[in-house]
Amino acid sequence: MTADARPASPGLAGRDAGWLVVARKEFADHLSSARFVVLMLVLGVAAIVPLYFASDAIRSVASQVVDSRDAFLALFLVSPKEVPIPNVFNFVGIVAPLLGVAFAFDAINSERTDGTLPRLLSQPIYRDDVVNGKFAAGLAAITLVLLVVVGVISGFGIVRLGIVPSADEVVRLLAWVVLTILWVSLWLAFGLLLSVLVRRAATAALIGFGVWLLVAIFGQLIVSLVAGILAPVASAGSIEQALSLTALSTAIARILPLTLYQEASAVLLNPSVTTVSTPTTIGQWQQWQQQAQGQVMSFDQSALLVWPHVIALFAMTAICFAAAYVWFMRQEVRA
Amino acid sequence: MTDVAPARPSRRRRSSPVADPVAASAPIRTRALTKRYGDIVAVDALDLEVRAGEIFGLLGQNGAGKTTTILMLLGLTEPSGGAARVIGLDPARRPLEVKRRVGYLPDSVGFYGDLTGRENLRYTARLNGLTNEETEGQIEHVLEQVGLVGRADTATDTYSRGMLQRLGIADALLKSPDVLILDEPTTSIDPIGVVEILDLLRTLVRERGTTILLSSHLLSQVQSVCDRVGIFAAGRLIGVGTVAELAERFGDGAAHLEVTVAADEGDAVGPDPEAALRAIEHVESVSWDPAAAVWRASVRPASESGRVREAILRAAVEQGLRLTSLRAIAPSLDEIYRIAVAGMSRSGFTTEVGS
Repeated sequence: MTADARPASPGLAGRDAGWLVVARKEFADHLSSARFVVLMLVLGVAAIVPLYFASDAIRSVASQVVDSRDAFLALFLVSPKEVPIPNVFNFVGIVAPLLGVAFAFDAINSERTDGTLPRLLSQPIYRDDVVNGKFAAGLAAITLVLLVVVGVISGFGIVRLGIVPSADEVVRLLAWVVLTILWVSLWLAFGLLLSVLVRRAATAALIGFGVWLLVAIFGQLIVSLVAGILAPVASAGSIEQALSLTALSTAIARILPLTLYQEASAVLLNPSVTTVSTPTTIGQWQQWQQQAQGQVMSFDQSALLVWPHVIALFAMTAICFAAAYVWFMRQEVRA
Repeated sequence: MTDVAPARPSRRRRSSPVADPVAASAPIRTRALTKRYGDIVAVDALDLEVRAGEIFGLLGQNGAGKTTTILMLLGLTEPSGGAARVIGLDPARRPLEVKRRVGYLPDSVGFYGDLTGRENLRYTARLNGLTNEETEGQIEHVLEQVGLVGRADTATDTYSRGMLQRLGIADALLKSPDVLILDEPTTSIDPIGVVEILDLLRTLVRERGTTILLSSHLLSQVQSVCDRVGIFAAGRLIGVGTVAELAERFGDGAAHLEVTVAADEGDAVGPDPEAALRAIEHVESVSWDPAAAVWRASVRPASESGRVREAILRAAVEQGLRLTSLRAIAPSLDEIYRIAVAGMSRSGFTTEVGS
């Protein structure tokens, strides 16, 4: 979080820090709010439905794999053939932004419209305690939701399908949960920024969901469009041309945080994914063809591969949060 | 004290605030406090002093700069110039200590609608670092003070505006403040509620020695409770003093008396009250108010009011005037305010009454 240069206050010794009091109250509010229940249900359904339809497929895969080492993570990777639902990590990638925005879009502006902000700020707390506390509370609530969903899926796998995770799989799964929390906190910070900038909560929500639609649904379309404009390919183009177009669209797509998250998720959850991107030269492609079968990466190799993605996501989160923070500190108390 | 001082430059306080005993003990004082929003000057070189244990009324229309001044006193907005001291501290630099000891009721105060009154107060108590044992007793105490015990456990969504206002006062009292700053405390409270609130404020001053600064645009409502008032217009303090002092300073120079005379009963005919009153020196005019059944006499200059009252009593004895009551009518603050603001727009002066 952004460093705050404030003097040590001797009077606060032995008391709870202001942000902690704010966070505790906000967290309690989140847990009893309707949106928490709704989002929990949505994510719960999203986790159970593909599992239910795919459990037969997983069971047959599990019996074929001799040491069944990837079977547990397959719970998060399978997508059922019967219904058009993406697998768990793709689904979380798309729904998590909604979760982040939903928990933060009205954080500051509702305090303004309800007339509680001047009262809150006239208590002996620093002004940034309000932003920090609200961010922490949102993060805690979302972490809780994610852990419950992951727990339900794992429990389903263990109890219904009898798949017990190996240590490596547990580590990978935890790494993915941390990555997902980072992914959600980016959107939480974005929602917080909107709540500071936009005075009406409804407008902030609309903007937040608009950006989410743009990124989640139309993102890939826009990427192909831009790449097509920059490097048009004739229908009978050479393979070099086709590959360079792929390289270009990959580069453009990585501007979108969703791409970063999905690439990193794929690597973390699937040890047999050994590159974050598709090959873009013929040499790479041939190499990839040779390696593709049977190659498995250890966790630290996978982690090394997604490290730049994690840093980029973290940087985006930090920028959003810092912007919200600075803006809020400079805003007048009165609307 | 009662003398009307002409415009007094604030040189005295600016030179050495600590050397001045009054300024040193004043819980709230500002020197040339200024707040600009772009080209607009919201508060213009304000010199204000609120003494320990008094109720000071900051009076002015909406947009006169009252709330901006209050926000600067709490360190919630940064002054563009000048300085403020609250309980001896600079609120811009040490806001936490100021906010720990100053209770504040914001203009149109709000609460979290899905929480009960008690839960809202509990949150404030936690933010103030009260321990759990202290909290419940203190909450009960302040709820009793504002008369909200019966509704404390319903969600504040269901509260009326007046109840929210009372809860806001309870909220400000929760930290047992040395200084209480109330922005429009009586707005949207019913007349009986206003009396109760003003009684509560008097009690606080009497029992705890709390210093109270309140702002209002409903002048007549707060007139009775304020020890001193400051008249605020267009970001400037155009007059400070007791209501009587301000009346003398800004009034039309006349004092008003209300005289009630028993009705004539057949043979016992007294002297004509109108003639008797007119005969007294300095009585400028006498009129009969049929609705209230009283005679009204205006005295000019106002300083002769006491002597005229004496003369009326003497007339009652000497001429057999059947006097049943005699009282001086307090000048209305609304009237004073109107004249003061009109005077300011004519000449643009800044002045201070009393000391």
